[in-house]
Amino acid sequence: MTVSLTINGDQHTSTAAGWESLLSVMRDEIGLRGSKDACDQGECGSCSVVLDGTLVCSCLIMIGDCEDASITTVEGLAGSGALHAVQEALLDEGGVQCGFCTPGFVVAGAHLLEANPHPTEDEIREALSGNICRCTGYGGILRALELLSNAPSGGDA
Amino acid sequence: MDFVRAKDVAEAIAAKAERPDAEFLAGGTDLMVAVNLDDHRPQSVIGLRHVAELQQMDDTRIGAGVTWDRLERAPQRALAQAARTVGSPQIRAAGTIGGNVGTASPAGDGLAWIAALDAGIEVASVERGRRIVPWAEFFVGVKRTSLAADEMITAVVLPDEQIEAQEFAKVGSRNTMVISTVSCVVARVGSGYRVALGSVAPTPMRAFQAEEMLNDETSPSPAAIAEFGRLVAAEVRPITDHRSTEAYRRHAAGVLAGRLLERCLSS
Ligand SMILES: Cc1cc2nc3c(=O)[nH]c(=O)nc-3n(C[C@H](O)[C@H](O)[C@H](O)COP(=O)(O)OP(=O)(O)OC[C@H]3O[C@@H](n4cnc5c(N)ncnc54)[C@H](O)[C@@H]3O)c2cc1C
Ligand code: FES
Ligand code: FES
Repeated sequence: MTVSLTINGDQHTSTAAGWESLLSVMRDEIGLRGSKDACDQGECGSCSVVLDGTLVCSCLIMIGDCEDASITTVEGLAGSGALHAVQEALLDEGGVQCGFCTPGFVVAGAHLLEANPHPTEDEIREALSGNICRCTGYGGILRALELLSNAPSGGDA
Repeated sequence: MDFVRAKDVAEAIAAKAERPDAEFLAGGTDLMVAVNLDDHRPQSVIGLRHVAELQQMDDTRIGAGVTWDRLERAPQRALAQAARTVGSPQIRAAGTIGGNVGTASPAGDGLAWIAALDAGIEVASVERGRRIVPWAEFFVGVKRTSLAADEMITAVVLPDEQIEAQEFAKVGSRNTMVISTVSCVVARVGSGYRVALGSVAPTPMRAFQAEEMLNDETSPSPAAIAEFGRLVAAEVRPITDHRSTEAYRRHAAGVLAGRLLERCLSS
């Protein structure tokens, strides 16, 4: 089947089988490999994207259900040449080691700050609770989001 | 694969009548796991994400398409407590109560609540219109329901009863992102008590002997509460599997039921 969707503002068409996941279409058909495939079962959050305003695991979204959908991936967050504030903060606070989980945390963190520019520590932990990191012990990731939360302009820092 | 994006219930059931083999897709958090991990290959799918009616909820009727993140703020306290324990923010944003009912896993966290409050499952088809199936007739086995090939689930419907208190809890191998080892809801409805459990039988179940023992007692003694837990543990029918043992599930069911009864009494 043919599905037309918008990813990071760009129009794309997929001809993959309708049951394929949005994640596999993005990675294998469209060539957007920022979203990672670590578990393929909704457990790890490394494939997190924003679909029509909602943070979801793209491994659990059926491509057949994506006609006219609008999706933001990690590739859509960094502006022309510049990193997104969440990416900068993760670098500053040592929130990245192997980096496999990082795109998911960036998308989830940016999604939180967009709705709530000054989240509390509990709100940060809650918002990132669907994302698993096996390397950092989360300290650097939490500090990065706290840094942004405490900035005067919040997530827009 | 053929995909129908239904815009309302009429369209969804018309599509299903034409394609008895079609599968409904709500949040996809169960269906896509089957696709990704079990090589399930649906031939025909009816997408429900854009059916507005399914997303409506009020005090006595919860549309099948209401997602767990909205149920976290539901007025029904035990349902909100259950919703809070489902998966992660990403899973709660996509997964629906209708999908939980449709999957009918013994571990479905919404199902003990449905059983405790004696809710019905509203289903719809072109042939028979709408009807409400009592939960005990709807869930017939592990991941098996009595839903007919031409039917869909439209809502979970509560009877018109005065619910005085309702409490949910579950036990699992860790605190979050965990499938229930045992789940339990205790409710005080009118002057009686209800206790329902998940993951301890092929379907959600009530422990009727424990309910009857308490009868209409407004303030059960500590001995009665302990006896209540013992009866629940005796009545459940758990198995040993990769998640837990029969003995542990039995024990945990009794402990949870006693604890939730105490919470109902103090609320
Ligand atoms: C990482 C992860 C964690 C999870 N954690 C939990 C948890 O803690 N507790 C829990 O209970 N569950 C959990 N689940 C399972 C799942 O999220 C829930 O069962 C959820 O409620 C399913 O809803 P859905 O809308 O995603 O269903 P879908 O996957 O869209 O559908 C599930 C089934 O129901 C059928 N269906 C859906 N809607 C209808 C309808 N209206 N009429 C007829 N049939 C229908 C579908 O055809 C399919 O067979 C988890 C899943 C994942 C991936
Ligand atoms: S790859 Fe999607 S949640 Fe792990
Ligand atoms: S940095 Fe390696 S998984 Fe998070």
